[in-house]
Amino acid sequence: MTERFAQASGQGCRNAPVLKQRGQHEVFCGLTSIVWLHRKMPDAFFLVVGSRTCAHLLQSAAGVMIFAEPRFATAILEETDLAGLADAHEELDRVVHELLARRPDIRRLFLVGSCPSEVIKLDLAVAAERLTAVHAPQVRVQSYSGSGIETTFTQGEDTCLAAMVPDLPAGPEWPEARELIVAGALPDVVEDQMRDLLAKIGIETVHVLPAAREATRFGVGPGSRVALVQPFLGDTLAALERRGARHVAAPMPFGAEGTTAWFHAIAEAFGIPPEVVDRAVAAPKARAERAVAQAAEALRGRSVFFFPDSQLEVPLARFLTRECGMEAVEVGTPFLHRQVLDGDLALLDEGPTLSEGQDVDLQLDRVRAARPDLTVCGLGLANPLEAEGLSTKWSIELVFTPVHFYEQAGDLAGLFSRPLRRRDALKVGAAQPPAMP
Amino acid sequence: MKLTVWTYEGPPHVGAMRVATAMRDLHYVLHAPQGDTYADLLFTMIERRDHRPPVTYTTFKERDLGADTADLFRRSCQAAYERFRPEAMIVGASCTAELIQDDPGGIAERMGLPVPVIALDLPSYQRKENFGADETFYRIARALARPCEKTARPSVNLIGPTALGFRHRDDVTELTALLSDMGVEVNVCAPMGATPSDITRLGAAHANVLMYPETGESACRWMERDLGLPFTKSIPIGVGGVRDFVAEVADLLGVAPGLDTDRLRLPWYSASVDSTYLTGKRVFLFGDGTHVRAMARVARDEMGFEVAGMGCYNREQARAVRAVATEMGVEALITDDYLEVEAAIEAAAPELILGTQMERHIGKRLGIPCAVISAPVHVQDFPARYAPVMGIEGANVLFDTLVHPLVMGLEEHLLTMFRADPEFHDAAGPSHHGGHAPLVAAEEGGAGPRAPVAESPRDISAKKTEGGGATGAIEVVWLAAAERELKKIPFFVRGKAKRNTEAFAAARGETEISVDTLYEAKAHYAR
Repeated sequence: MTERFAQASGQGCRNAPVLKQRGQHEVFCGLTSIVWLHRKMPDAFFLVVGSRTCAHLLQSAAGVMIFAEPRFATAILEETDLAGLADAHEELDRVVHELLARRPDIRRLFLVGSCPSEVIKLDLAVAAERLTAVHAPQVRVQSYSGSGIETTFTQGEDTCLAAMVPDLPAGPEWPEARELIVAGALPDVVEDQMRDLLAKIGIETVHVLPAAREATRFGVGPGSRVALVQPFLGDTLAALERRGARHVAAPMPFGAEGTTAWFHAIAEAFGIPPEVVDRAVAAPKARAERAVAQAAEALRGRSVFFFPDSQLEVPLARFLTRECGMEAVEVGTPFLHRQVLDGDLALLDEGPTLSEGQDVDLQLDRVRAARPDLTVCGLGLANPLEAEGLSTKWSIELVFTPVHFYEQAGDLAGLFSRPLRRRDALKVGAAQPPAMP
Repeated sequence: MKLTVWTYEGPPHVGAMRVATAMRDLHYVLHAPQGDTYADLLFTMIERRDHRPPVTYTTFKERDLGADTADLFRRSCQAAYERFRPEAMIVGASCTAELIQDDPGGIAERMGLPVPVIALDLPSYQRKENFGADETFYRIARALARPCEKTARPSVNLIGPTALGFRHRDDVTELTALLSDMGVEVNVCAPMGATPSDITRLGAAHANVLMYPETGESACRWMERDLGLPFTKSIPIGVGGVRDFVAEVADLLGVAPGLDTDRLRLPWYSASVDSTYLTGKRVFLFGDGTHVRAMARVARDEMGFEVAGMGCYNREQARAVRAVATEMGVEALITDDYLEVEAAIEAAAPELILGTQMERHIGKRLGIPCAVISAPVHVQDFPARYAPVMGIEGANVLFDTLVHPLVMGLEEHLLTMFRADPEFHDAAGPSHHGGHAPLVAAEEGGAGPRAPVAESPRDISAKKTEGGGATGAIEVVWLAAAERELKKIPFFVRGKAKRNTEAFAAARGETEISVDTLYEAKAHYAR
């Protein structure tokens, strides 16, 4: 795109071998995504049908958010529900009626499947249809699965959005209507920046999935083009393609380079000349490059190792190696979706081990052998690795923090440089943890 | 099905993890789907442990469901043994694995591993975290402990401290020192810090100190029966609790009771004149049964508070809590539904709440000061400093903990004298709590002070209680002038004044409250 970035070798990691391992996974299940999804959809309520474990997970993952009137809850299965399934459906109806009576502001209710509900084959799709018939048009009831046996962490957003697609009205034809659908939940401030720039480029009709409110649903059809702002939306993309929409393949909009390439890809799909994009993004792009250069000082020449977590690992490795001067040792991802990641894989220089799935003990052996300068991992591993003298960046923050597009590029680099700057700043002697009882 | 947002306890296998993580050289193989590893971060983040919990999850996925989950369990067991070489293993199922019925115990037994493998049967759909910890430790003790020769000198085991326990780390230190002062040694402390070989030596002690009934009672009862070890019943929290405990240990072991009170400051602090304003402050207690029982006594007898309500979330302790509540003249609230707790607090209109993390937030919403006395807790209640709640230093810690959230005595007077002063109006809050910092919008999730307007997730299930005045049949209306007068009363006593006035009016059959009614009531309740 610009001279400042190293020229990719054309193929990058497109054809690099992938290390696939099975074994113990140290990851969240898809239920966790409810924690940010419910914030993006103020008229939606997420009802998990599961066990005490599911409720406990949500409480632990949501932290203090659990006290801020969350619009999610768990219908905890009890022994009586496991005895006979007819009861389970009646019980679910009772709980939903109770909930909707108390919360008349709910327009969308998601019944979210969990491991226990999937194992006992409690058919939530049937329940959702039945409940919609009762509560329409006031409330639309939908179902999807966030169970650990089927989904990893951010995949919960994918299964949720994909479940909404068949329900969308029929969309317009191309070229009469040239509509862009952007899939992926973004922080509001980032979404606004994105809409501004798309408008400057000349793309007037932009729909975001998930739509903030049920009332702002949009149509999907052959007149729709789909761009992803999150790499973990493979099922959602497939569902939109089945409805006639066409995928705009692009690297993920992380960093100045990724963001620029993303806008260029969309402009090309809409027949807009590249110089229009360059003019529109010149100022924010220059700002992003300055901010990244500043924040990346601590990162240059350092090595980074990604444990699998959110599927953001490949695009982030691309950003860190190409814009921040880091060297990737291993890029682990829970799932490698080649179609979605094609643009990022092409830009990621060969060298790092790409790994999909996990056997956490073997992966820990590898990270100890490599001793990278920075390890990106989950909260279950971060402190134990710090205690072994490895600097870590906990990965969940990358999902909860605004990191997309130009204005956040500096912050994104900052998230990775902060642990290293902290390590240099602390003068407390060796951080040997005290002996634990 | 039960509609739930907050849960006071996790599932039982988290209790088993608390035991496994507390111990050394023990490994837990848990038959569980991908995602159940979330529980690791309770230990690595909230407790800031520097090691992963010694738990291997089989991580089965959808494609494994069917015949080969049993094989997956076998392979995970074998791999865990070979990698970690523990002295003993515990095996069990999480809630999902309980449904697929693979029998981890049977599978592990047939593997012929060269170490003891202890099977756990934890019913996920009936029981909770504390049961899981209690049952796990009981199974471990039962499998490994054998009668053995008693120690030459008087000794006890400390039973019950676990990982993720509220102040367990420092309680163990404090009790060890207190017992040492009496010439009593600690034979084994378990589960915290113990290895499976240590468990085999439990029988060498002369008695057990049951620190936390929630997590150690079953093991103590079994040891009493099968190893002839008597165990202590008093909880050494608060000055009275500690004295009872010392007398009980002396009695059990035939040693002289001794208590070094050189560093005990609570009695003098509580007697000093600055504490006079604490007299009769109404306090509501909620948490686990053990801490609530002990703290109710501290609140009434050692701080001079009035217990306005108390309860616990763990049914296992209901009987003990009810007994103490009766003694305090209140009815115990036994529930694991925070909405019921919130309603009870609102109805009791206390001036101070002693509870868990949940009550801290309920307090924030209702504008009532709160101190945390029981799990579940967030990271700030696993402090870096020494902060026991048991023993001599524990009593000192409790005095500070209970007084800090309250408006200081002198400030309380100033607030009453100058209640129209712009710096002392309601929203300003007490000056030593950062009450003058700019308010942070609840949406932002900042850690700054909040206006007490944050809604709790009270909106699902349960009935909304109307206001705080649970006066029953008669609808009492506040006249405008009386309402204005009520607003002049400082915020930290206004709830009580409102409640008292309404009760006073209702008792006299009045349906309207005037300024006169307000002051009549004030005179009536003067103390």
